Amino acid sequence: MSYKFLEHTADVGIECSGETIEEAFEEGGKALFEVMVDIQAIQPIEMTTFTVEADSIENLFVEYLNRLIALKDINESVYSEFEVEIIEKDEKFTLNCLARGEMLNQEKHNIKIEVKSATYYGLKYNKGTNTLTTVLDV
Amino acid sequence: MDLIPKKIGKNMYEIPKQDDMLVPGIIYGNEEIISTLIKDVKDGKEWNALKQVYNVSTLPGILKASLAMPDIHPGYGFCIGGVGAFDPEEGVISVAGVGFDINCGVRTLTLPYKAEDLTEENKVKLAEALYKNIPAGLGSKGKLELNESEIDELLVKGAKYVVEKGYGLKEDLEYTEENGCVKGAKPENVSQLAKQRQYKQVGTLGSGNHYLEVQEVTEVYDEKIAKVFGLEKGQLLISIHCGSRALGHQIGTDYLKELEAAAKKYNIPVREKELVCAPFKSEEGQKYFSAVNAGINCAFANRQVLTHLVRETFTELFKTKPEDIKVLYGVGHNTCKLEKHEIDGEQKEVLVHRKGATRGFGPGREEVPKKYRAVGQPVIIGGSMGTESYILAGTEKGMKETFGSVCHGAGRVKSRFQAKKEFKSETILEQLNAKGIIVKGHSMQGLVEEAPQVYKDVNEVINVLADIGLAKKVVQLKPVICIKG
Repeated sequence: MSYKFLEHTADVGIECSGETIEEAFEEGGKALFEVMVDIQAIQPIEMTTFTVEADSIENLFVEYLNRLIALKDINESVYSEFEVEIIEKDEKFTLNCLARGEMLNQEKHNIKIEVKSATYYGLKYNKGTNTLTTVLDV
Repeated sequence: MDLIPKKIGKNMYEIPKQDDMLVPGIIYGNEEIISTLIKDVKDGKEWNALKQVYNVSTLPGILKASLAMPDIHPGYGFCIGGVGAFDPEEGVISVAGVGFDINCGVRTLTLPYKAEDLTEENKVKLAEALYKNIPAGLGSKGKLELNESEIDELLVKGAKYVVEKGYGLKEDLEYTEENGCVKGAKPENVSQLAKQRQYKQVGTLGSGNHYLEVQEVTEVYDEKIAKVFGLEKGQLLISIHCGSRALGHQIGTDYLKELEAAAKKYNIPVREKELVCAPFKSEEGQKYFSAVNAGINCAFANRQVLTHLVRETFTELFKTKPEDIKVLYGVGHNTCKLEKHEIDGEQKEVLVHRKGATRGFGPGREEVPKKYRAVGQPVIIGGSMGTESYILAGTEKGMKETFGSVCHGAGRVKSRFQAKKEFKSETILEQLNAKGIIVKGHSMQGLVEEAPQVYKDVNEVINVLADIGLAKKVVQLKPVICIKG
């Protein structure tokens, strides 16, 4: 279970893996918020839930990250803990997520850089190792 | 596929038309810029800008060439610095040709002061006041909080909407590209999520490479044009670099999916997942275009509100009259627009995508404010933090060769990752302070990632264009105070 950042000239690549695909997604959530703030400083005292759908695991990953980016603005919050469930039915993937975090505080959370969007650029899914890769546009 | 460009003229390189390319790729650069790009290809880098120039050249309806400005670096689908003009009847519209930060751009204001008027004490006071008054950085909120119907109105009216609300002066609009409002915006084609994200973000600077700078005119290259622009040596200016914030980002995200489906529907081959597109005249293409126009207007409104906050700050500190701070001009550099250009000797309407490229119209164009029309449009090029910026003027040659487009900045060469390894925020601040520049940032890591050394030398980038007449150098600016998100 881990995430790491990859080289990209202007933006930030992320690579996330886990024992299960759900764990890899959970790591992706952490990587996303680590780009924006110091996630160690987030207290998981509030929660939000959401559901997204896509026709492939790769696209589901982009959908999931983009929804977290939108919720960051709408709820004015940042998140550090994620519980992900993925259901596959009729070649469609549905993801349910419960994210925990708190209201964003520029000083407390040591803000870094805003992520504009998760992209399809370099988007990869290695089924064997449960590894997902994408580039975040910052 | 041979991606290695061949030199075809001074500062001009070509990827010759081959395989499925519909037009050649033309890259403006010097030897150093081009060799960096070639190295990426030879190193087998998956993310390389020349491949992106090639890919854009294969899109249906592309006219003349897939162009790249000298600040070229890898983007999504289109490279940054990429320009692609399409036949509106046969051609496509692409999300990647606009980018996620729709109408990100720069607006420059002239101040009624010269650098020598600003004492050290006042400079510190001004830096602190701007840092306090300009909402910036992740999670910042604007002073103007809107509801859905107000956002809808803003998306249709652009900067005019906020001027009517008291955030600015009528004459500000005259000196903004498109008078601060493009036609054809349809708020109903912008998602609820996009609007919700923007309720509190109107008039915020954002983060990353966005900034607000107090600058000094340090060199005048063309006295005549500088006079027309109202600029002289020693004068102080303010430049505001920001875009359409969360609303624009969400429009990009939403339509990437919609146009992916459209590309399949209309059998347009997708060479890179970000390079999805739809025929411009299709229902999907028109829908995206109307959403882009809404995003463009949102960015105009953002820079207008920030202009107002600058005026308030000066009034508070120095009792400056708001009308004495004038808008020199405002440009966007992530757009697609219908414009008239000469194609095969005839004036035709074409759809010009500029992704990290600035419109720089030459003399005589009616889109340019009357005051500047005889000399060409002011083109504002921001340098990296702590380095020079430029104000150029558009030229006739630029109109013919690049659809009236020039670069938008210096262009990154080092990744954020490398920046963190190589630089420390304290050292950067010390180095800039030693040059007399006060930098105030909301994020120390952000400062490191935007270190001047991670960008190309903006002077060289500008010279690539100016030396071959694609733009005219008018003045050089140096930073005095820099506020970063």
